[in-house]
Amino acid sequence: MTINNHSIKDIETMLHNNEITVKDLVESSLNRIKEVDDRVKAFITVDEENALKKAEQLDQNPNKDAKLFGIPGAIKDNIVTKGLRTTCGSQFLSNFTDPLYDATVVDKLHKAEAITVGKLNMDEFAMGSTTENSSYQITHNPWHLDHVPGGSSGGSAAAVAAGEVLFSLGTDTGGSIRQPAAFCGVVGMKPTYGRVSRFGAVAFASSLDQVGPITRTVEDNARILEVISGRDKMDMTSAHEDVPAFSEGLTGDVKGLKIAVPKEYLSEAVDPEVKEAVMNALKLYESLGATWEEVSLPHSKYAAAVYYIISSGEASANLARFDGVRYGVRSEKAKNMLDMFRFSRSEGFGDEVKKRMFLGAYALSSGNYEVYYKKAQQVRTLIKQDFDNVFANYDVIMGPTTPTPAFKIGEKNFDPMVVYARDVTTVPINLAGVPAISVPCGFSKEGLPFGLQIIGKHFAEQTIYRVAHAFEQATDFHKTLPQLGGAQ
Amino acid sequence: MNFETVIGIEVHVELKTKSKIFSPSANEFGAEPNSNVNPIDLGYPGTLPVLNEEAVNYGMKAAMALNCEIATYTKFDRKNYFYPDNPKAYQISQFDQPIGKNGWIEIEVDGKKKRIGINRVHLEEDAGKLTHGGDGYSLVDFNRQGAPLIEIVSEADMRSPEEAYAYLEKLKNIIQFTGVSDVKMEEGSLRCDANISIRPRGQERFGTKTELKNLNSFAHVQKGLEFEEKRQAELLLSGESVQHETRRFDEKTGETILMRVKEDAEDYRYFPEPDLVPLYIDDAWKERVRASIPELPDERRKRYVEEYGLPEYDAGVLTSTKEMSDFFEETIKDGIDAKQASNWLMGDISGYMNKHQKELSDLEITPQSLGKMIQLIQDGTISSKIAKRVFAELVEKGGDPEQIVEEKGWAQISDEGQLTEIITKVLDENEQSVNDFKEGHKRALGHLVGQVMKATKGQANPQMVNKILVQEMNKR
Amino acid sequence: MSHVSEDKVKQLADMLRLAVTEEEATRYTEHLNKMVEYVKCLEEVDTDGVEPMTHAIELKNVMRDDEPKQWITQEQALKNAPDHENGQFRVPAILD
Repeated sequence: MTINNHSIKDIETMLHNNEITVKDLVESSLNRIKEVDDRVKAFITVDEENALKKAEQLDQNPNKDAKLFGIPGAIKDNIVTKGLRTTCGSQFLSNFTDPLYDATVVDKLHKAEAITVGKLNMDEFAMGSTTENSSYQITHNPWHLDHVPGGSSGGSAAAVAAGEVLFSLGTDTGGSIRQPAAFCGVVGMKPTYGRVSRFGAVAFASSLDQVGPITRTVEDNARILEVISGRDKMDMTSAHEDVPAFSEGLTGDVKGLKIAVPKEYLSEAVDPEVKEAVMNALKLYESLGATWEEVSLPHSKYAAAVYYIISSGEASANLARFDGVRYGVRSEKAKNMLDMFRFSRSEGFGDEVKKRMFLGAYALSSGNYEVYYKKAQQVRTLIKQDFDNVFANYDVIMGPTTPTPAFKIGEKNFDPMVVYARDVTTVPINLAGVPAISVPCGFSKEGLPFGLQIIGKHFAEQTIYRVAHAFEQATDFHKTLPQLGGAQ
Repeated sequence: MNFETVIGIEVHVELKTKSKIFSPSANEFGAEPNSNVNPIDLGYPGTLPVLNEEAVNYGMKAAMALNCEIATYTKFDRKNYFYPDNPKAYQISQFDQPIGKNGWIEIEVDGKKKRIGINRVHLEEDAGKLTHGGDGYSLVDFNRQGAPLIEIVSEADMRSPEEAYAYLEKLKNIIQFTGVSDVKMEEGSLRCDANISIRPRGQERFGTKTELKNLNSFAHVQKGLEFEEKRQAELLLSGESVQHETRRFDEKTGETILMRVKEDAEDYRYFPEPDLVPLYIDDAWKERVRASIPELPDERRKRYVEEYGLPEYDAGVLTSTKEMSDFFEETIKDGIDAKQASNWLMGDISGYMNKHQKELSDLEITPQSLGKMIQLIQDGTISSKIAKRVFAELVEKGGDPEQIVEEKGWAQISDEGQLTEIITKVLDENEQSVNDFKEGHKRALGHLVGQVMKATKGQANPQMVNKILVQEMNKR
Repeated sequence: MSHVSEDKVKQLADMLRLAVTEEEATRYTEHLNKMVEYVKCLEEVDTDGVEPMTHAIELKNVMRDDEPKQWITQEQALKNAPDHENGQFRVPAILD
């Protein structure tokens, strides 16, 4: 069998009717990885042995009521897995073969009887938007292999797009789930901050990071989020909200839905093809009984600056623990204590990570804190208020997930300021802590996918899923599968 | 030139919660290295701090006992610095919103009372322990990592090393009474650093201060400060200046030794801890903690004077440690004479402890047995003299005083017939003394009492002996 | 226009415990200046009286009970250590 044109629900029915076994399912995933991953390069680690072992166990002791019984998935490599190497895309952790514990999200997936087949490539410590900053390999976009899959969860989006797994987990600090989902033509959800436990998700920027699912369809996505959500006593910032059965609220009904479209998300910088796809989507919603109006999120233009200060500040502290004392690679040059720190860290970290740490340390250093860090935190309040103001009158906010489709590998070497400008549609969402999804909404002439971003109020994931699902059901974008074409 | 000394002290106190402040590892002293650790303590990737409510309560309790204002809103911050014993390379601490501030305690030096201000009390986590090996390597044990600490920062209100000593004693005393810490310097559950500067009398501006470290006892603090006071004065008098530096106290020589010159203040890049949510301490919470504070030494001391009529001095000695004070209260519970109990505790018991270098809890005597012994003295069963023997038994071997008296046959002889018989015999043997007494030599009576005591191995009831002796002599 | 000097970047490198070559110092200085120049746009925002935002959602007083739990063994604690001895992590001493 092949798994890439089935939904989790289909598979569940097939398993239930004994048309397939869990082993078939896991083998099909592993075979697909063998078949395509030398071209896609989504995986850093494939755990064939344990995945098959688990599949056999499940076949022998079926618990078909489990929410993700036998479903093969893969985990971004900054989410820790007990007994399974977790590298964060960094050389520093190349020998980190046993993180000693499972992240809460992994534990929840396993309790729902999902099967982890491996760990996915990413920009080192989730810093980047192309997956080119991985110190292991460059992941290729399954729609066009000489394009990037986006990032930092590039491996997570590419693995799902290429049909290697039915779902994956990514992390999103400033767009790292939604942007690669848009680039790879799959569904990616960044939940409300606090909806999903961060325990075991290696911190990049603690006040912005969220774990979320990447899947082929909205329904699959809702089902994964249902499993991984909820308050965690090991994460004091996790929300105390109840978790609705997201996958059961997909009514297709968007009548009377009030959509806000921020003019800042459809600026001059947005590719005309992308703009057109978004306008078509809005027309479709109108035809389904929704209305839309243009609004303004006036502080959006400051979001990238705020984001870079806060995320880099937090990262400079979060990444300080990688010192070569308790885990990770200690430099050969560690002849004294200071050199152990300096060389282990300079050899273990890549360029992008260092750049962000310099900015973070600079923004936090004495004399600069008020001018940069505190100022950014204050503007963050204003950015959140922008969202509050719009959500007082509208149900959801929509726009393009990214202003352009995926770019070519190696193309990033232009002015970094342009790269940062791309963050305007994604980072304000993390700053405000609101949930947002990216769903496929069209293709460029070259055949590269675009994403429609739907943003909701805090903890309104159910609304987002319902709205996204209605769009998906009325379109065929999700039915088209990538052909792994284009030169590598 | 006449100088004035200015001293400020920072004290770290380890709180004795069952688990650590940000992780559920056991918080205990003396375990196998790295056995009370978990991935949170080791700063493993992906771990997050989980705040222990009891640590907050204990910190608040200590701050209240030190008369601090308790913050209504407070939070934690990250203090960034690299060291092998600091696994996250940041310490979770409190920067601009400490749990307590503007407190004070009262000290007494040479009979003069003085208030020393407490600038702040904040919560933080302890670091691991780095041991320097001799072979070019150091070893790290993370058992202590994450133990809850409070840092207590005094105002620069102390004007002499004696005041610094008194401050530390009093601080330790108060914290010990609250029960939030063992405050044992030898186990590191109380640690302190002292800052000292001097200035010409009358000058308002503070002089340049030096910071003293490696202070392993309060006596060392005082000695170190005394040395430093002198060293700084000599520098200034010879026209040199004091450098802003950290100095180590050397217990062998009693001198302070330069560790490092302080350049610019270290940049810890403090920022609010995003992994922990803020604390809102409302009045109900504050009251709950306040209600859990037991009677503190100053209140007890006052009560001992007012309620039991003890001299100020006694009350002070008895409340100098919680152990002593609790022992005392337990002893007098059933109507035992407070002054007697106080005398025994301050006299024989303290003497024994000093002589044998023992703690109260190491002794076999209990408040109950001491109380009973005093009871036996009060009801005339034993004399004070015999009591010393009973005490010697109790303190070494323990047991029930009544039983001891019974077994050893130490009960006082108060039987009139029995005593009269013995006394008649003594009088018969000491005719000369009887005659002396009759001739008005009162001293003869003492000699005769001594003879009776000798004959009874000291067990005769002294009042009765006196009475019967006079009676019998008058008959002759 | 340079706001942050190369010396300052070297100071930051010390603080971050990163060994940098001269070439890297120059490169990071250049990048940091670009970023600092970019984030200057925040100066134009009036933030008088605006509360700084540390958390994306509002939560307060989240704490756990004081219950000790055994989680890993000493052996596990040392499992990923680059160097250890007698149950302790071993690191090079402060000086050579």
